[in-house]
Amino acid sequence: MQLIPCPWCGPREETEFHYGGQAHVAYPEDPAALTDEEWARYVFFRDNPSGPFAERWSHSAGCRRWFNAVRDTRTYDLLAVYRIGEPMPDLSERDEVVS
Amino acid sequence: MTADTSSRTSPLTAWADRLADLAPALTAVERPFLTQLTVRVSDPEAVVAMGEALGVAFPAAPCTFTRGGGPFGDVEVLWLGPDEFLVVARSELDLRVPVEDALRAALGPARGAVVDTSAQRTTVALSGPHVRDVLAHGCAVDLHPSAAPTGTCVQTLLARAGVIIQVVDAEADMFTVLVRSSFAEYLAAWLSDACVEYRAALS
Amino acid sequence: MSATFRLPTGGLIDRDTALRFTFNGRSMTGHPGDTLASALLANGVHAIGTSVRYGRPRGIVAAGSEDPTSLVQIERPFPEPMLTATTVELHDGLVAYGLPGQGRLADEPDPARYDAKHVHCDVLVVGAGPAGLVAALTAARGGGRVVVVDEQDRAGGALLGTREYLGERLSQEWVADIVAELRGTPGVLVLDRTTAFGVYQDGFVLALQRRTDHLGFDAPADAARQRVWRIRARQTVLATGAHERPVVFADNDRPGIMLAGSARTFLHRYGVLPGTRAVVFTTNDSAYRAAIDLARAGLDVATVVDARPAAPSVLAARCSARGIEVRAGHVVTGTEGDARVTGVRIAPLPGADGTPETVDCDTLLVSGGWNPVVHLFSQARGMLRYDSGLGAFVPGEELPTVRVAGSATGALDLTSCLRQGRAAGLAAALAAGFAPVDEDELPVSGERTDEQPGTVMWRVPGEPRKGAPDTRFVDFQRDATVSDVLRATDAGLRSLEHVKRYTTIGTAHDQGKTSGMITAGLVAEELGVELSEQRPTTFRPPYTPVSFAALAGRDRGELHDPVRVTAQHPWHVARGALFEDVGQWKRPWYFPLPGEDMDTAVLRECRAAREGVALMDASTLGKIDLQGRDVGSFLDMLYTNKMSSLKVGRIRYGVMCGVDGMVIDDGTVIRLAEDRFLVTTTTGNAATVLDWMEEWLQTEWPHLDVYATSVTEHWATFPLVGPRARDVLAGIAPDLDVSNGAFGFMEWRDTVLDVGAGVPARVCRISFSGELAYEINVTAWHGLAVWEALMAAGERYGITPYGTETMHVLRAEKGYPIVGQETDATVTPQDLGMSWAVSKKKADFIGKRSFARAENTRPDRKQLVGLLPVDPQVRLPEGAQVVGTDRLPDPPVPMLGHVTSSYRSAALERTFALAVVRSGRERLGETLYVPVGDDLVPVTVTESVLYDKEGARRDG
Repeated sequence: MQLIPCPWCGPREETEFHYGGQAHVAYPEDPAALTDEEWARYVFFRDNPSGPFAERWSHSAGCRRWFNAVRDTRTYDLLAVYRIGEPMPDLSERDEVVS
Repeated sequence: MTADTSSRTSPLTAWADRLADLAPALTAVERPFLTQLTVRVSDPEAVVAMGEALGVAFPAAPCTFTRGGGPFGDVEVLWLGPDEFLVVARSELDLRVPVEDALRAALGPARGAVVDTSAQRTTVALSGPHVRDVLAHGCAVDLHPSAAPTGTCVQTLLARAGVIIQVVDAEADMFTVLVRSSFAEYLAAWLSDACVEYRAALS
Repeated sequence: MSATFRLPTGGLIDRDTALRFTFNGRSMTGHPGDTLASALLANGVHAIGTSVRYGRPRGIVAAGSEDPTSLVQIERPFPEPMLTATTVELHDGLVAYGLPGQGRLADEPDPARYDAKHVHCDVLVVGAGPAGLVAALTAARGGGRVVVVDEQDRAGGALLGTREYLGERLSQEWVADIVAELRGTPGVLVLDRTTAFGVYQDGFVLALQRRTDHLGFDAPADAARQRVWRIRARQTVLATGAHERPVVFADNDRPGIMLAGSARTFLHRYGVLPGTRAVVFTTNDSAYRAAIDLARAGLDVATVVDARPAAPSVLAARCSARGIEVRAGHVVTGTEGDARVTGVRIAPLPGADGTPETVDCDTLLVSGGWNPVVHLFSQARGMLRYDSGLGAFVPGEELPTVRVAGSATGALDLTSCLRQGRAAGLAAALAAGFAPVDEDELPVSGERTDEQPGTVMWRVPGEPRKGAPDTRFVDFQRDATVSDVLRATDAGLRSLEHVKRYTTIGTAHDQGKTSGMITAGLVAEELGVELSEQRPTTFRPPYTPVSFAALAGRDRGELHDPVRVTAQHPWHVARGALFEDVGQWKRPWYFPLPGEDMDTAVLRECRAAREGVALMDASTLGKIDLQGRDVGSFLDMLYTNKMSSLKVGRIRYGVMCGVDGMVIDDGTVIRLAEDRFLVTTTTGNAATVLDWMEEWLQTEWPHLDVYATSVTEHWATFPLVGPRARDVLAGIAPDLDVSNGAFGFMEWRDTVLDVGAGVPARVCRISFSGELAYEINVTAWHGLAVWEALMAAGERYGITPYGTETMHVLRAEKGYPIVGQETDATVTPQDLGMSWAVSKKKADFIGKRSFARAENTRPDRKQLVGLLPVDPQVRLPEGAQVVGTDRLPDPPVPMLGHVTSSYRSAALERTFALAVVRSGRERLGETLYVPVGDDLVPVTVTESVLYDKEGARRDG
């Protein structure tokens, strides 16, 4: 049972959280201006790296806040968590293998 | 107007006797019909004003609650999120309308919300020598006094129900659990089952 | 009957108490402190069962959970299969028999209780042997919260199987002192009979505590029989010890062949001799101690066969002093006997003096060295390293939060183990933020460390006779032999993981504790590679078997999953409702009168709603309060239709889609004030929709002034439905003008109900049935009283409570879809025929762009239609396929769609169904077919709205 460090509540068991997929995928400014393919990329396509991956999580059974986390998909280790609106922390010193 | 009080039922009305039977292993008492309002506010001045209106400063730290007294008697303010609080008036009077009015006045033009959620959850006071043992059967959060001192307030899972756990008095082993009304009977049944062994040990 | 192999003294058993038990139908006695295995050995029973593939007799190989063979079925006190006799604590009345590999599950419910408990600590110590005890004591003296778990019924670990002295004192006394101090230290929890079976991330360790198994029939019914401890430790010290490793030779599996250290344990812990005359076969010094101790206790030890070229001189001299012959440079090449070993074939290794010989004996004790128990360290993602001196994998680099001490590191002498325990305990406490003070001198073992290093031998050289079956067993439980391993390598397998799967070695209950390392060695030998370059197979939880009952714990029966109920639930129960599970909710399904079946009850309820008045408990609907200046524009993005234009006091139906354009929910939107709305969601989606809103508000549009709060359970919600609904409402809401002109469709009013001193209510004029209907909302506190008041007020109109089935029929007659029944995440609003609810004017809303995708504009999409079976009495099964021909062609049969809802209608006086069908709206009037069993039922495609198409009834 992994602990996920909620930026507000601190470490809690993963069952308190919901996964929200890849982080930093913004809703397009003007969907009508996109081609079908561009729109489909927004709707259906996500990265699937082996290594650090910025994801969204929600502390759904706790404070109900969404936040971002960088997780190493090989180990599940959470390398960083940061609140929505905050920039992704610089992990260059931490991850030896960036995909 | 004040709503009729004689016709109210609380989620654990039918469980009162069974919960009472858990003593002395666990003292579990429903505190029904408390005035509860969910408050969303982030403007610092509005937060202060709301605290002043209730006579209790809003909690500044996550996962804590404050309590104090003022025009509405004993009031607790629970931190639920960075801009979300639960105001609980401990009075037996139905104070939903005046407290909501006071909070709205204090909020003023600032961004925020005040919602009457009094019947959304019910409140169970838990105490006794085995209270932490019983909670530990279903709660993954560390409730040891060193980790959860008086004033702690965590939203988490107890067994399979979402709850808010308040550490009312860590030394005296006093807790309050707030549970969604529809889950209350499940939680009561779970608490009763988790107490079986402690009751047997004491009998 | 006397236990002939029980010594008159010694052992950690209570000789004053006799326990009667039955094994394979034979009555025997043992004592408290015995395992089933030790009690059987005391009674001279070695053969436990027969092997799973070859039916060979098998006995007891080890004294603990590593034993690969002694599988038993417990029959009494409660049937339980696949336990090892070496881990079953003896109790009075135990009934067991040996298993040929497979057991029998109980066919009656298990009456025992099981539970789980969380515990948090600074330092967790796994294993209360010498290293673990010192580690725990060191950490505990620093003031931290310490948990110690140990698999055995008492602390001591390997010391339980020896009579070692620590300084002047017998080690047992030293253990007792430490345990007493630990138990007396606040913040320290010592759990015996507790096996740490899994190590996970972030210091999470699962351990199974067998709390009452040893009490047998006296186990208190109210105590949890087994408990899963969910331990969260900042630091973990693994002091898990080592398992003795056998050596493989021909016919190495006969009963009476046992690991030497285990025989020593049976002697010292249980006062049991393994037989009368023994041969000892070893590759290292440790078996000499077993030989000497057992000989001193009266076992006739004929010879020690040492595979090393020279014997350790001091130990050999002690053997000679007891009349034990020592043959260095020799090995055991085979055994004789049937249900019990009767002789051992001994031969010199090439280059050694001596002649092959067969020695008569009833016991063969084997030692091939020791394997550190690295399972938990490996589970914690610790890397393992091959130690060629030990012939075993040992923990590699320490982990930041997991340390290893004692023989689990490969240290095999007591003094080193104690020192490692001290160091690990100190480091763990420091890492956890405590500074232990511990100036005690550690005691020193009176036993000498090894004189001479062991040699590593996986199998005795030599091959089986041509044509004869290979009897050199590697994994006894899987009946896998050296030949099986060689067959795997001959087949080209190189990795141990592949060999494991090919041979099944290591996949039995014991997970290869005695066979895994040997297999690795054989594979490396065969492939001519170094073991240091071989990756060991992954160690996975659980370390020892854990029953599903223990894992389920308290989450079974009525506590299996929360049952959510409304405030009105007691009334529904008293009224005899049957309930439908909707998510975790119990919703009244229908309210049968005495003697009614479901169809009759539902037809009656439907008729009441269409002709009189009926009342439903819809409190489970999700309700979300939305406040803020931007709620209108936020809802414009969330719903397909426009909500910002809704006037205060009015209500609008809305559909919500995902970004892919597929329907995810629907409900009503109520405008309470300029900056306040209340939306409802389907019962099952209440939490999902709130999460969905929060996701957009927090991650995409944090600038919006919108606050969403769940009020689902604050409100009780009752649809009051039917032509007489207005009369009932008027009777209970005296202040409310209920006339159609004053209170129109899709409007809401606040009022006070005439209940007690008055109950504030919000009444919404909405209809999910097509009838005149009001939805009455009061706080859940008042729900039951208001429900009863409505029933009383409606009595003279024949008010009828109805459940979800009637609700489904009524809405289906009107063609109203239910999200999750008509939809399945592939259905757009247009597919449902709800283009009217999709705004053409809004610049954007979630899902809009996807409606223009080519896939979503195909004319042959599945569309919602009605189906009328040609025979009006035939009710189609929901989920049935729809096909286009009256005879099924050869597969693949072209599928046109499927039935989503199907009912018998009182209003239509026939059956009907809803379905999603390819190009459905172009097929109105066509005959299609629905396979039901062996029949193809003809159906006519029709519009989805089947009742009151003009909508004339909603105003009453």
